[in-house]
Amino acid sequence: MIPSAFDYVAASSVQEAVQVLSQAGEDAKVLAGGQSLVPVLRLRLATPTTLVDLNKISELRGVREDGDAIVVGAMTTHHDVINNELIAEHAALLALATLTVGDPQIRHRGTFGGALVHADPAGDLLAPAVALDCEMVIVGPSGRRTVPAGEFFVDLFTTAVGPDELLVEVRIPKKTGWGAHYEKFNRVAQAWSIVGVAAVVWTEGGSIAQARVALTNMGATPVRAVGVEQALIGQPASAATIRAAAEHAADGTSPTSDGSADADYREHLARVLTGRAVAAAAGVGGWRA
Amino acid sequence: MTRITVMVDGVSYVDDVEARTLLVYYLREKLGKIGTVVGCDTSNCGACTVHLNGRSVKSCSIFAIQADGSEITTIEGLARDGQLHPMQQAFHDNHALQCGFCTPGMIMQAIDLLGDDPDPDEQRVREGLEGNLCRCTGYQNIVRAVLDAAQKMKPAASAPDEMSTRQPSAVAGGGN
Repeated sequence: MIPSAFDYVAASSVQEAVQVLSQAGEDAKVLAGGQSLVPVLRLRLATPTTLVDLNKISELRGVREDGDAIVVGAMTTHHDVINNELIAEHAALLALATLTVGDPQIRHRGTFGGALVHADPAGDLLAPAVALDCEMVIVGPSGRRTVPAGEFFVDLFTTAVGPDELLVEVRIPKKTGWGAHYEKFNRVAQAWSIVGVAAVVWTEGGSIAQARVALTNMGATPVRAVGVEQALIGQPASAATIRAAAEHAADGTSPTSDGSADADYREHLARVLTGRAVAAAAGVGGWRA
Repeated sequence: MTRITVMVDGVSYVDDVEARTLLVYYLREKLGKIGTVVGCDTSNCGACTVHLNGRSVKSCSIFAIQADGSEITTIEGLARDGQLHPMQQAFHDNHALQCGFCTPGMIMQAIDLLGDDPDPDEQRVREGLEGNLCRCTGYQNIVRAVLDAAQKMKPAASAPDEMSTRQPSAVAGGGN
């Protein structure tokens, strides 16, 4: 189908984009990579009156180092995230999860920030953002503010970013040397996760010193698997530890039932995939579950 | 309507487009580049894949207005002087199509894949084509064709006479 007509503004700066959004009101939409938005427009599931395109704002692209964090511009493409050396060294989880997003063509065009603000519960970058304790930097008419990832995702397809605001960059505290893995379960012809698990683990002398685990599509927003983390920390990095910890993966979650999976199957997947993700992140070989 | 300037298959075009015109419909209906096809409404089939500034994209998921100032290569821009691109030839040689509808997108994505990895193994080829759906072949001959093309596109594997005048490039269109 053909999208309904809209006014198109290719903003040349963040300030201009925010100004246009302020004037256009709630019927305006921000166009980042467009790999979710354009199909939605084609199906006329949304009919915004104004599209504000961010693709010409070069300051929103790229990855830089800033002390104990790396900073990823919101318009950095998935392809660039996957191939970035700073991310590989300090936030490998993000690269691993991004490799599972969409397909190569979509990763050439789609953006990190766009995927986060779209906030599809089946999207694969939300849980890593939570597991990595990312800080989301938002710019609006009243200036700049920072929201922790844990408070950024408000509901289905809803974030802390207001209608006249933009996510401009994401600060990721360095997890240099941490083991990382993203494990997902999906239908082969579609990349959306039925359930996904993001895990980062710091091991010392054969023990798990620190662990962060977050779940994709186990609720309207990404969920920290706190019970799993508590059961891992201080324990030997062994299959027995991980198996026991993974039993807590679905604790406190409220997954949906849909055409891909019932809620209780999602809970089962969360436990199985958590075991796999943590075992891979902790370097525990021979894992079978 | 907004004026855009694009380079498509080596030719420059200046056109007025509506903001909502998708790149694929601009290519097909305005420029007559009907080699690029539309296979779905949901962006998952990949049949409309073209190269935008040297990278594969789904032209159903980009507005033509966003391509202003860009270079685009379509399936129609691959052959040179009546000679198929090595990837096209490999699809022909390996019977990598039945109905042929997915083929333009498959070939454009396969060329992009070899640009990243000139010597992929079978698994890498399958992953590289995950955004392109084929309902006929079961993919077996498509994967064979891409592996075949990878071998033939290596400079050392080419016949010296044939290749002295024409360096096959992993990227289509002679340099974008």
